[in-house]
Amino acid sequence: MKRTLASVLQSGRAALAAAGIVVLGIGVLGSARALARNEATAAPATRTLTYAALAEAPEKARERKNPFQGDLEAVAAGGKLFEQHCAGCHGRKAGGARRGPSLLREEVQQATPGTLFWILTNGVVRRGMPVWSKLPEPERWQIVTFLHSLKLQPPLALPMNAKPINPEPVKAEPAAPVQHIP
Amino acid sequence: MVACVVLERIRKTFPGLILISLIFSLLLCAPSLVFAQESPYIVTYDHYLEEPGSLEVEYFSTFGTQRGGNDFDAFWTEFEYGVTAWWTTEVYVSGQTTFNDSTVFTGDRWENRFRLLQHEHIVNPVLYIEFENTNAADKILKEVEGHDVESDYAESNAVLRKEHDHELEMKLLLSSTFKGWNVAVNPIVTKNLLPSEPWEFAYAIGASRPLALKASPNHCNFCPENFIVGVEMYGGLGDTQSPGLHDTSHYLAPVVAWNLPSDWTFRMSSGFGLNENSHRLLMRWGISREFSGFGEMVGRLLRGRP
Repeated sequence: MKRTLASVLQSGRAALAAAGIVVLGIGVLGSARALARNEATAAPATRTLTYAALAEAPEKARERKNPFQGDLEAVAAGGKLFEQHCAGCHGRKAGGARRGPSLLREEVQQATPGTLFWILTNGVVRRGMPVWSKLPEPERWQIVTFLHSLKLQPPLALPMNAKPINPEPVKAEPAAPVQHIP
Repeated sequence: MVACVVLERIRKTFPGLILISLIFSLLLCAPSLVFAQESPYIVTYDHYLEEPGSLEVEYFSTFGTQRGGNDFDAFWTEFEYGVTAWWTTEVYVSGQTTFNDSTVFTGDRWENRFRLLQHEHIVNPVLYIEFENTNAADKILKEVEGHDVESDYAESNAVLRKEHDHELEMKLLLSSTFKGWNVAVNPIVTKNLLPSEPWEFAYAIGASRPLALKASPNHCNFCPENFIVGVEMYGGLGDTQSPGLHDTSHYLAPVVAWNLPSDWTFRMSSGFGLNENSHRLLMRWGISREFSGFGEMVGRLLRGRP
């Protein structure tokens, strides 16, 4: 009986190990393929869905005031934080990359500070953006301050490689077709 | 010849070092790196998952004192991958050196964490499911369960490694962040897959806070915002056959994490046993590095694109 149990456990262990490797493989390849697919086929309509998450911010959250509004030191600190935590997905100049949409678009730039703070805090989990509430509140506001210091890029209806209206202080990268992992 | 002797001595003295250097040299040609904002906990989990497509490689070591036996240094390596923003999967391999005894491989673990709610709430739940394939010589004490006590670890490695455990471990990770403070509570249930074995219970709780809540505008290694300090407490709560606190061990551990702008995170923790059944001291340290875009890189490699 014990021997049977042991052999069952042994084979079960091998099966679980194999399942682990398969799941990990599917995870890695699946997310990579999803990224590639999104890169190739993402339509403005689906990108709009990502930006649409901004509209989910509750009224109360939208109305929150940025305590660092107009604070140049906060812009610099926010820029540092952006580079450390956000640039990996949204591009070093926030113009968008494979994994994250451009933050220079009108949808983002015209959002209230409270809306951006809410998105940072809650993420867009179903579209691949993690929650960033692990950053203390003042740091999230510093990032919001930095984002609002960037110059506006034309909205989605315009050509994707359109240049930003004002090149300073941060020049926009040519916007790549982007979509978070679904 | 002399080099071989020296290498062998190093291997015996620092078995973990070889593992670390191997892993980190393999990852030198890695994709882009990101600044990690890691929590200082070593046993407790908060609700933050790995960013999608990122791989975090971590090495931890636990030095433990042992009454009635030899002190030990247990070590493990974790490969943590963010599959999606709501699912993180992780593989561990572990080993240990018992002084005046031997160095042994003690097993592997496969862990999954699932975020249950989309948005942030006052309390954020994450479901944790882990399969453990270890032997009784495992001394990483990543969790202290049921009636685990110090004397369980006093036997020699030769005896301990004969006993194999296949366990399913489940945790509900409850975590809350408010005004820079993180508080995490993890109730734990473990079941050895042998039908005769009871369900075991345990807990881990932790609280932590960065030394500064506002970032400074300059890049710096020693800025207070790079340090997160806290404390965690963990221990067993008995099992279904004998629930309660008798014959259980408990630890209290101040913890600190240093998140470097150069993408490394160092963690330290000194755990003190709170009762007679506990090890007097569990000195832990860990080092980790996060690799952003790992999934993309693997995808590109497999598709044969540059």
